[in-house]
Amino acid sequence: MVEFTLPKNSVVQPGKEHLSEKQGGNIKRVEIYRWDPDSGENPRMDVYEIDLDTCGPMTLDAIIKIKNEIDSTLAFRRSCREGVCGSCAMNINGKNTLACTKAIEDLDGPIRIYPLPHMEVIKDLVPDMTHFYAQYASIKPWIETQTPAPADRERLQSVEDRSKLDGLYECILCACCSTSCPSYWWNSDRYLGPAILLQAYRWIVDSRDENTGERLDDLEDPFKLYRCHTIMACTDTCPKGLNPAKAIAEIKKHLVERQ
Amino acid sequence: MKFRTPISKARGLGSAKEGSHHWWTQRVTAIALIPLTLWFGIAIVMIPGAEYKQIVGWISSPWNTVMLISTIVAVFYHAILGIQVVIEDYVHVEWMKLSAILATKLILIFYALAALYATLRIIMVG
Repeated sequence: MVEFTLPKNSVVQPGKEHLSEKQGGNIKRVEIYRWDPDSGENPRMDVYEIDLDTCGPMTLDAIIKIKNEIDSTLAFRRSCREGVCGSCAMNINGKNTLACTKAIEDLDGPIRIYPLPHMEVIKDLVPDMTHFYAQYASIKPWIETQTPAPADRERLQSVEDRSKLDGLYECILCACCSTSCPSYWWNSDRYLGPAILLQAYRWIVDSRDENTGERLDDLEDPFKLYRCHTIMACTDTCPKGLNPAKAIAEIKKHLVERQ
Repeated sequence: MKFRTPISKARGLGSAKEGSHHWWTQRVTAIALIPLTLWFGIAIVMIPGAEYKQIVGWISSPWNTVMLISTIVAVFYHAILGIQVVIEDYVHVEWMKLSAILATKLILIFYALAALYATLRIIMVG
Protein backbone atom coordinates (compact mmCIF):
# COMPACT_ATOMS: atom_id res chain seq x y z
CA MET A 1 0.00 0.00 0.00
CA VAL A 2 0.95 3.61 -0.25
CA GLU A 3 2.68 4.56 2.97
CA PHE A 4 0.87 7.43 4.61
CA THR A 5 3.12 7.33 7.65
CA LEU A 6 6.82 7.98 7.41
CA PRO A 7 9.25 5.16 8.22
CA LYS A 8 11.20 5.37 11.47
CA ASN A 9 13.87 8.05 11.68
CA SER A 10 12.63 9.96 8.64
CA VAL A 11 10.82 12.89 10.25
CA VAL A 12 12.75 16.03 9.32
CA GLN A 13 13.76 17.99 12.42
CA PRO A 14 15.09 21.50 12.96
CA GLY A 15 18.88 21.56 12.51
CA LYS A 16 21.85 23.77 13.22
CA GLU A 17 21.66 27.50 12.59
CA HIS A 18 24.59 29.26 10.98
CA LEU A 19 23.43 32.86 11.34
CA SER A 20 25.20 35.77 9.71
CA GLU A 21 27.11 38.13 12.01
CA LYS A 22 26.54 40.98 9.59
CA GLN A 23 23.30 42.84 10.33
CA GLY A 24 20.96 44.16 7.62
CA GLY A 25 22.24 44.42 4.07
CA ASN A 26 21.62 41.74 1.51
CA ILE A 27 21.28 38.67 3.75
CA LYS A 28 19.40 35.61 2.44
CA ARG A 29 18.24 32.75 4.60
CA VAL A 30 18.89 29.31 3.08
CA GLU A 31 17.47 26.14 4.66
CA ILE A 32 18.97 22.88 3.48
CA TYR A 33 17.95 19.26 4.10
CA ARG A 34 20.77 17.39 5.81
CA TRP A 35 21.05 13.66 6.42
CA ASP A 36 24.11 11.66 7.26
CA PRO A 37 23.80 7.87 6.83
CA ASP A 38 26.57 7.26 9.38
CA SER A 39 25.09 9.26 12.26
CA GLY A 40 21.89 7.24 12.72
CA GLU A 41 20.06 10.51 13.37
CA ASN A 42 16.92 11.84 11.73
CA PRO A 43 17.29 14.22 8.79
CA ARG A 44 17.30 17.89 9.76
CA MET A 45 16.96 21.32 8.16
CA ASP A 46 20.11 23.37 8.67
CA VAL A 47 19.84 27.13 8.36
CA TYR A 48 22.50 29.27 6.70
CA GLU A 49 22.46 33.02 6.30
CA ILE A 50 24.54 34.26 3.40
CA ASP A 51 25.44 37.68 2.08
CA LEU A 52 24.17 37.96 -1.47
CA ASP A 53 26.55 40.87 -2.15
CA THR A 54 29.40 38.37 -2.20
CA CYS A 55 27.49 35.53 -3.86
CA GLY A 56 26.90 34.56 -7.50
CA PRO A 57 23.41 34.91 -8.98
CA MET A 58 22.25 31.30 -9.00
CA THR A 59 21.06 28.96 -6.25
CA LEU A 60 24.03 26.70 -6.99
CA ASP A 61 26.35 29.66 -6.30
CA ALA A 62 24.72 30.00 -2.89
CA ILE A 63 25.19 26.29 -2.13
CA ILE A 64 28.83 26.37 -3.24
CA LYS A 65 29.38 29.49 -1.12
CA ILE A 66 27.91 27.69 1.90
CA LYS A 67 30.16 24.67 1.35
CA ASN A 68 33.25 26.85 0.83
CA GLU A 69 32.74 29.37 3.59
CA ILE A 70 30.35 28.02 6.22
CA ASP A 71 29.90 24.25 6.27
CA SER A 72 32.21 21.94 4.31
CA THR A 73 30.23 18.84 5.39
CA LEU A 74 27.38 19.70 3.01
CA ALA A 75 27.11 17.10 0.22
CA PHE A 76 25.59 17.81 -3.21
CA ARG A 77 26.27 17.03 -6.88
CA ARG A 78 27.26 19.66 -9.42
CA SER A 79 29.39 19.84 -12.50
CA CYS A 80 28.73 22.07 -15.53
CA ARG A 81 27.01 25.00 -13.71
CA GLU A 82 25.12 25.86 -16.91
CA GLY A 83 22.19 23.46 -17.16
CA VAL A 84 23.60 20.84 -19.49
CA CYS A 85 24.80 18.09 -17.15
CA GLY A 86 21.77 17.66 -14.87
CA SER A 87 23.85 16.91 -11.78
CA CYS A 88 22.47 19.64 -9.52
CA ALA A 89 18.80 18.68 -9.84
CA MET A 90 17.10 19.25 -6.47
CA ASN A 91 13.88 20.50 -4.94
CA ILE A 92 14.09 24.26 -4.45
CA ASN A 93 11.15 26.02 -2.78
CA GLY A 94 8.89 23.10 -3.58
CA LYS A 95 9.81 22.65 -7.23
CA ASN A 96 12.28 20.28 -8.82
CA THR A 97 14.80 22.23 -10.84
CA LEU A 98 18.48 22.70 -11.58
CA ALA A 99 20.21 24.76 -8.89
CA CYS A 100 22.61 26.15 -11.49
CA THR A 101 19.89 27.76 -13.63
CA LYS A 102 17.58 28.87 -10.81
CA ALA A 103 18.26 32.54 -10.05
CA ILE A 104 18.21 33.47 -6.37
CA GLU A 105 16.33 36.70 -7.14
CA ASP A 106 13.43 34.63 -8.52
CA LEU A 107 12.97 32.96 -5.14
CA ASP A 108 10.90 34.88 -2.62
CA GLY A 109 11.62 34.59 1.10
CA PRO A 110 13.96 31.97 2.49
CA ILE A 111 15.27 29.35 0.07
CA ARG A 112 14.34 25.81 1.11
CA ILE A 113 16.32 23.06 -0.56
CA TYR A 114 15.54 19.34 -0.43
CA PRO A 115 16.90 16.43 -2.46
CA LEU A 116 14.74 15.16 -5.36
CA PRO A 117 11.49 13.81 -3.87
CA HIS A 118 10.87 10.13 -3.17
CA MET A 119 14.39 8.97 -4.00
CA GLU A 120 16.64 7.10 -1.58
CA VAL A 121 19.03 9.64 -0.13
CA ILE A 122 22.74 8.80 -0.05
CA LYS A 123 23.69 11.93 1.87
CA ASP A 124 22.20 15.44 2.15
CA LEU A 125 21.18 16.52 -1.38
CA VAL A 126 22.60 13.44 -3.10
CA PRO A 127 19.91 10.93 -4.19
CA ASP A 128 20.57 7.38 -5.35
CA MET A 129 20.09 7.43 -9.15
CA THR A 130 20.99 3.75 -9.73
CA HIS A 131 17.47 2.53 -10.58
CA PHE A 132 16.73 5.59 -12.72
CA TYR A 133 19.83 4.97 -14.84
CA ALA A 134 19.08 1.24 -15.03
CA GLN A 135 15.60 2.08 -16.34
CA TYR A 136 17.25 4.32 -18.94
CA ALA A 137 19.52 1.45 -20.02
CA SER A 138 16.49 -0.86 -20.22
CA ILE A 139 14.94 1.11 -23.11
CA LYS A 140 18.11 0.59 -25.23
CA PRO A 141 18.98 4.24 -25.80
CA TRP A 142 21.01 3.65 -28.92
CA ILE A 143 20.22 3.23 -32.62
CA GLU A 144 19.17 -0.28 -33.62
CA THR A 145 19.26 -1.21 -37.29
CA GLN A 146 19.29 -4.23 -39.57
CA THR A 147 20.76 -2.26 -42.46
CA PRO A 148 24.53 -1.80 -42.09
CA ALA A 149 25.72 1.79 -41.95
CA PRO A 150 26.87 3.20 -45.35
CA ALA A 151 30.61 2.61 -45.70
CA ASP A 152 31.48 6.11 -46.82
CA ARG A 153 29.16 8.39 -44.91
CA GLU A 154 26.73 8.82 -42.03
CA ARG A 155 23.11 7.56 -42.08
CA LEU A 156 21.10 10.25 -43.82
CA GLN A 157 18.14 12.01 -42.27
CA SER A 158 15.93 14.70 -43.81
CA VAL A 159 15.67 18.11 -42.19
CA GLU A 160 12.00 17.36 -41.51
CA ASP A 161 12.75 14.04 -39.78
CA ARG A 162 15.57 15.62 -37.80
CA SER A 163 13.17 18.28 -36.52
CA LYS A 164 11.07 15.52 -34.93
CA LEU A 165 13.88 15.08 -32.41
CA ASP A 166 13.62 18.71 -31.30
CA GLY A 167 12.23 18.92 -27.81
CA LEU A 168 13.51 15.41 -27.13
CA TYR A 169 17.27 15.45 -27.70
CA GLU A 170 17.67 18.35 -25.25
CA CYS A 171 16.72 16.13 -22.30
CA ILE A 172 19.67 15.88 -19.93
CA LEU A 173 18.23 13.12 -17.69
CA CYS A 174 18.33 15.27 -14.56
CA ALA A 175 15.28 13.34 -13.24
CA CYS A 176 13.40 16.49 -12.18
CA CYS A 177 10.32 15.31 -14.10
CA SER A 178 10.31 11.68 -12.98
CA THR A 179 10.73 12.61 -9.33
CA SER A 180 7.91 15.17 -9.54
CA CYS A 181 5.49 12.51 -10.86
CA PRO A 182 3.16 10.99 -8.24
CA SER A 183 2.82 7.86 -10.36
CA TYR A 184 6.60 7.50 -10.30
CA TRP A 185 6.60 7.99 -6.53
CA TRP A 186 4.13 5.13 -6.00
CA ASN A 187 5.29 2.75 -8.70
CA SER A 188 8.85 3.56 -9.77
CA ASP A 189 9.83 -0.09 -9.36
CA ARG A 190 7.89 -0.80 -12.58
CA TYR A 191 6.77 2.52 -14.09
CA LEU A 192 9.51 4.01 -16.27
CA GLY A 193 8.61 7.62 -15.51
CA PRO A 194 8.47 10.68 -17.79
CA ALA A 195 12.21 11.13 -18.35
CA ILE A 196 12.80 7.57 -19.52
CA LEU A 197 9.60 7.53 -21.62
CA LEU A 198 10.64 10.79 -23.32
CA GLN A 199 14.00 9.18 -24.09
CA ALA A 200 12.23 6.04 -25.36
CA TYR A 201 10.13 8.22 -27.67
CA ARG A 202 13.28 9.94 -28.90
CA TRP A 203 14.33 6.56 -30.40
CA ILE A 204 10.81 5.66 -31.55
CA VAL A 205 10.57 8.79 -33.75
CA ASP A 206 14.17 8.65 -34.99
CA SER A 207 13.80 8.02 -38.75
CA ARG A 208 17.13 6.13 -38.80
CA ASP A 209 16.08 3.55 -36.22
CA GLU A 210 14.67 0.27 -37.58
CA ASN A 211 13.36 -1.27 -34.35
CA THR A 212 10.33 0.94 -33.74
CA GLY A 213 7.93 -1.99 -33.39
CA GLU A 214 10.08 -3.80 -30.84
CA ARG A 215 10.49 -0.56 -28.88
CA LEU A 216 6.71 -0.14 -28.76
CA ASP A 217 6.35 -3.83 -27.78
CA ASP A 218 8.66 -3.28 -24.85
CA LEU A 219 6.70 -0.24 -23.64
CA GLU A 220 3.21 -1.70 -24.04
CA ASP A 221 2.66 -2.59 -20.42
CA PRO A 222 0.17 -1.48 -17.76
CA PHE A 223 3.04 -0.41 -15.53
CA LYS A 224 6.01 0.56 -17.71
CA LEU A 225 3.92 3.05 -19.72
CA TYR A 226 0.29 3.19 -18.63
CA ARG A 227 0.94 4.36 -15.06
CA CYS A 228 1.07 7.79 -16.73
CA HIS A 229 -2.27 9.42 -15.95
CA THR A 230 -1.47 12.72 -17.67
CA ILE A 231 -0.89 14.51 -14.38
CA MET A 232 1.49 16.90 -16.24
CA ALA A 233 3.73 17.58 -13.24
CA CYS A 234 6.65 16.51 -15.47
CA THR A 235 6.02 19.22 -18.05
CA ASP A 236 5.35 21.77 -15.33
CA THR A 237 8.69 21.17 -13.62
CA CYS A 238 11.10 20.49 -16.51
CA PRO A 239 13.99 22.96 -16.09
CA LYS A 240 14.78 22.65 -19.81
CA GLY A 241 11.24 23.60 -20.84
CA LEU A 242 10.55 20.24 -22.48
CA ASN A 243 7.22 18.41 -22.62
CA PRO A 244 7.57 14.79 -21.43
CA ALA A 245 3.77 14.48 -21.11
CA LYS A 246 3.42 15.12 -24.83
CA ALA A 247 6.10 12.54 -25.66
CA ILE A 248 4.22 9.96 -23.56
CA ALA A 249 0.95 10.88 -25.30
CA GLU A 250 2.69 10.33 -28.65
CA ILE A 251 3.80 6.84 -27.56
CA LYS A 252 0.20 6.02 -26.57
CA LYS A 253 -1.00 7.33 -29.96
CA HIS A 254 1.52 5.10 -31.77
CA LEU A 255 0.27 2.09 -29.81
CA VAL A 256 -3.35 2.79 -30.78
CA GLU A 257 -2.35 3.53 -34.36
CA ARG A 258 -0.79 0.11 -34.87
CA GLN A 259 -3.78 -1.83 -33.53
CA MET B 1 16.82 -10.62 -4.71
CA LYS B 2 19.69 -8.93 -2.99
CA PHE B 3 22.33 -9.78 -5.57
CA ARG B 4 20.33 -8.85 -8.65
CA THR B 5 21.87 -6.15 -10.80
CA PRO B 6 20.11 -2.78 -11.23
CA ILE B 7 19.33 -3.51 -14.89
CA SER B 8 17.80 -6.86 -13.99
CA LYS B 9 15.55 -5.13 -11.43
CA ALA B 10 14.61 -2.42 -13.94
CA ARG B 11 13.68 -4.98 -16.60
CA GLY B 12 11.74 -7.08 -14.08
CA LEU B 13 9.44 -9.60 -15.75
CA GLY B 14 9.47 -7.63 -19.00
CA SER B 15 6.59 -6.10 -20.90
CA ALA B 16 3.08 -7.55 -20.54
CA LYS B 17 2.50 -6.58 -24.21
CA GLU B 18 -0.95 -5.29 -23.29
CA GLY B 19 -2.50 -2.22 -21.76
CA SER B 20 -3.32 -0.25 -24.92
CA HIS B 21 -6.72 -1.87 -25.25
CA HIS B 22 -7.52 -1.15 -21.59
CA TRP B 23 -6.42 2.47 -21.99
CA TRP B 24 -8.28 2.99 -25.26
CA THR B 25 -11.50 1.38 -23.99
CA GLN B 26 -11.41 3.65 -20.95
CA ARG B 27 -11.28 6.70 -23.26
CA VAL B 28 -14.04 5.37 -25.54
CA THR B 29 -16.42 4.63 -22.64
CA ALA B 30 -15.61 8.06 -21.18
CA ILE B 31 -16.62 9.76 -24.42
CA ALA B 32 -19.76 7.63 -24.67
CA LEU B 33 -20.68 8.60 -21.12
CA ILE B 34 -20.77 12.33 -21.91
CA PRO B 35 -24.08 12.23 -23.83
CA LEU B 36 -25.36 9.22 -21.87
CA THR B 37 -24.99 10.82 -18.42
CA LEU B 38 -26.46 14.09 -19.74
CA TRP B 39 -29.47 12.17 -21.04
CA PHE B 40 -29.74 10.16 -17.82
CA GLY B 41 -29.43 13.28 -15.63
CA ILE B 42 -32.19 15.10 -17.50
CA ALA B 43 -34.38 11.98 -17.35
CA ILE B 44 -33.90 11.64 -13.58
CA VAL B 45 -34.86 15.29 -13.05
CA MET B 46 -38.11 14.77 -15.01
CA ILE B 47 -39.13 11.59 -13.15
CA PRO B 48 -40.07 12.57 -9.53
CA GLY B 49 -43.56 13.82 -10.33
CA ALA B 50 -44.38 10.86 -12.56
CA GLU B 51 -46.71 7.98 -11.68
CA TYR B 52 -45.50 4.36 -11.57
CA LYS B 53 -47.34 3.59 -14.80
CA GLN B 54 -45.79 6.58 -16.56
CA ILE B 55 -42.27 5.51 -15.55
CA VAL B 56 -42.84 1.95 -16.78
CA GLY B 57 -44.13 3.44 -20.01
CA TRP B 58 -41.14 5.73 -20.27
CA ILE B 59 -38.63 2.91 -19.74
CA SER B 60 -40.53 0.70 -22.18
CA SER B 61 -40.22 3.12 -25.09
CA PRO B 62 -37.59 1.59 -27.44
CA TRP B 63 -35.38 4.69 -27.47
CA ASN B 64 -35.29 4.97 -23.66
CA THR B 65 -34.69 1.23 -23.21
CA VAL B 66 -31.69 1.27 -25.52
CA MET B 67 -30.31 4.45 -23.95
CA LEU B 68 -30.75 2.99 -20.48
CA ILE B 69 -29.01 -0.27 -21.40
CA SER B 70 -26.19 1.68 -23.10
CA THR B 71 -25.75 3.81 -19.98
CA ILE B 72 -25.64 0.75 -17.71
CA VAL B 73 -23.05 -1.01 -19.90
CA ALA B 74 -20.86 2.11 -20.33
CA VAL B 75 -21.00 3.09 -16.65
CA PHE B 76 -20.05 -0.34 -15.33
CA TYR B 77 -17.43 -1.02 -18.03
CA HIS B 78 -15.83 2.36 -17.36
CA ALA B 79 -15.99 1.83 -13.59
CA ILE B 80 -14.31 -1.58 -13.79
CA LEU B 81 -11.46 -0.21 -15.91
CA GLY B 82 -11.04 2.90 -13.76
CA ILE B 83 -11.13 1.22 -10.37
CA GLN B 84 -8.61 -1.37 -11.59
CA VAL B 85 -6.19 1.46 -12.44
CA VAL B 86 -6.68 3.06 -9.02
CA ILE B 87 -6.02 -0.26 -7.26
CA GLU B 88 -2.91 -0.89 -9.37
CA ASP B 89 -1.67 2.60 -8.48
CA TYR B 90 -2.05 2.33 -4.73
CA VAL B 91 -2.06 -1.31 -3.63
CA HIS B 92 1.40 -2.82 -3.71
CA VAL B 93 0.96 -6.12 -1.89
CA GLU B 94 0.49 -8.61 -4.72
CA TRP B 95 -2.23 -10.81 -3.16
CA MET B 96 -4.18 -7.77 -1.96
CA LYS B 97 -3.96 -6.17 -5.38
CA LEU B 98 -5.14 -9.34 -7.10
CA SER B 99 -8.05 -9.94 -4.73
CA ALA B 100 -9.13 -6.28 -4.80
CA ILE B 101 -9.23 -6.25 -8.62
CA LEU B 102 -11.05 -9.60 -8.74
CA ALA B 103 -13.60 -8.48 -6.13
CA THR B 104 -14.19 -5.20 -7.99
CA LYS B 105 -14.78 -6.99 -11.27
CA LEU B 106 -17.10 -9.65 -9.85
CA ILE B 107 -19.17 -7.21 -7.80
CA LEU B 108 -19.51 -4.63 -10.59
CA ILE B 109 -20.38 -7.27 -13.20
CA PHE B 110 -23.02 -8.60 -10.80
CA TYR B 111 -24.44 -5.09 -10.36
CA ALA B 112 -24.43 -4.52 -14.12
CA LEU B 113 -26.31 -7.79 -14.73
CA ALA B 114 -28.80 -6.93 -11.96
CA ALA B 115 -29.42 -3.50 -13.53
CA LEU B 116 -29.87 -5.01 -16.98
CA TYR B 117 -32.21 -7.69 -15.62
CA ALA B 118 -34.27 -5.03 -13.83
CA THR B 119 -34.60 -2.99 -17.03
CA LEU B 120 -35.62 -6.01 -19.09
CA ARG B 121 -38.07 -7.17 -16.41
CA ILE B 122 -39.71 -3.76 -16.36
CA ILE B 123 -40.22 -3.68 -20.12
CA MET B 124 -41.36 -7.34 -20.32
CA VAL B 125 -43.40 -7.79 -17.15
CA GLY B 126 -44.07 -4.15 -16.22
